[in-house]
Amino acid sequence: MVSKMSSKMVGSNNLAHARRMVQQLRVEASIERIKVSKASADLMRYCGEHAKYDPLLMGIPASENPFKDKKPCIIL
Amino acid sequence: MGEMEQMKKEAEALKTQIEAARKAVHDTDMASAAAGVAPAPQVQLKTRKTLKGHLAKIYAMHWSTDNRLMVSASQDGKLLIWDSHSGNKVNAVPLKSSWVMTCAYAPSGNLVASGGLDNMCTVYNLKTPVIKTVKELDAHTGYLSCARFLSDTEILTSSGDTTCALWDLETGKQKTVFLNHVGDCMCLSLSPDMNSFVSGACDSLAKLWDVRDGQCKQTFQGHTSDINAISFIPSGNAIITGSDDCTCKMYDIRADQEVICYQDAALNSGVTSLALSTSGRLIFAGYDDFNCNIWDSLKGEKVGVLSGHDNRVSCTGVPEDGMCVCTGSWDSFLKIWN
Repeated sequence: MVSKMSSKMVGSNNLAHARRMVQQLRVEASIERIKVSKASADLMRYCGEHAKYDPLLMGIPASENPFKDKKPCIIL
Repeated sequence: MGEMEQMKKEAEALKTQIEAARKAVHDTDMASAAAGVAPAPQVQLKTRKTLKGHLAKIYAMHWSTDNRLMVSASQDGKLLIWDSHSGNKVNAVPLKSSWVMTCAYAPSGNLVASGGLDNMCTVYNLKTPVIKTVKELDAHTGYLSCARFLSDTEILTSSGDTTCALWDLETGKQKTVFLNHVGDCMCLSLSPDMNSFVSGACDSLAKLWDVRDGQCKQTFQGHTSDINAISFIPSGNAIITGSDDCTCKMYDIRADQEVICYQDAALNSGVTSLALSTSGRLIFAGYDDFNCNIWDSLKGEKVGVLSGHDNRVSCTGVPEDGMCVCTGSWDSFLKIWN
């Protein structure tokens, strides 16, 4: 009797899990997708527009670099 | 037909439908589309600072929004707050549990959080005369892998119990639990507009969630092992993931699929962490092989490497102003590069 009960519980858990999985797949199947060509073009445009403000891409002049150790000047 | 059989059939049909829909919009891939784009310059960054102070492996770091302070977490049982410009330690927060896996800085700069094998997320106030624990968020049944503040009143967590959660910091309770992964959640990243977030897990999937309603909106497949690192591109339209399968991938949200894979036959170490430059063009990915490789996000080519650590790079971070990249390592040091 005990084993019947536990297999019944496992069975209903499996069913609940399967229902949730189908519900999730329905949500994911229903979205609108755009073409990869458009997605790529948008990303390329974003990178292009922001490139000049990207310090790691453009390089940072020593005088504007807060992390560069300032070496003392020596007067010869 | 029993309901179970029906469910199985419908699940298979839906999976086929999703694959067909993805294929229908797959008219190119990112690298091909970007063939005409000028290559990113070869990036040669120098170590500007080496931050010494931790006594054991560093597991996590996170920049403050002021672009100067940062928090790091080590299994020496401490959070350290650093002034990255001077290299000085500003604060030390002793942890109740030294098995820390993540740390986070609140956007306001008032709070930091940490968590790990204690299954809890502990939030500290840095602005009281003595640093105080303000909340211990205790409901996960697995380790805390990542935490990110939305504000001083809300925080998102990911856990080894396969769930993510949104917490109310005033009550200390979970407002929303995000259920769908079937493996340990390892990482999360908030979208720029803060309405959604993505999580990566040991089930090799990345998932997009609505922060408010708890719904999993999309699932991204392709990796063949644990996803350890994840980040939104600054535009908010794509995400980058890093995995134990030694690759990083870009998934476009609106195309609902992988659009480029960052891999190299010579690379056979897992990816532990990643961060992006402000334009999204450069990906800084930390690997188990002690290096941080720099990838051109559009063309999929390696354009540089940050070598200098004597052990695994466990965490990377770029501050909001994009002026440097920080790497943290099991060698107990953090390095600032630009």
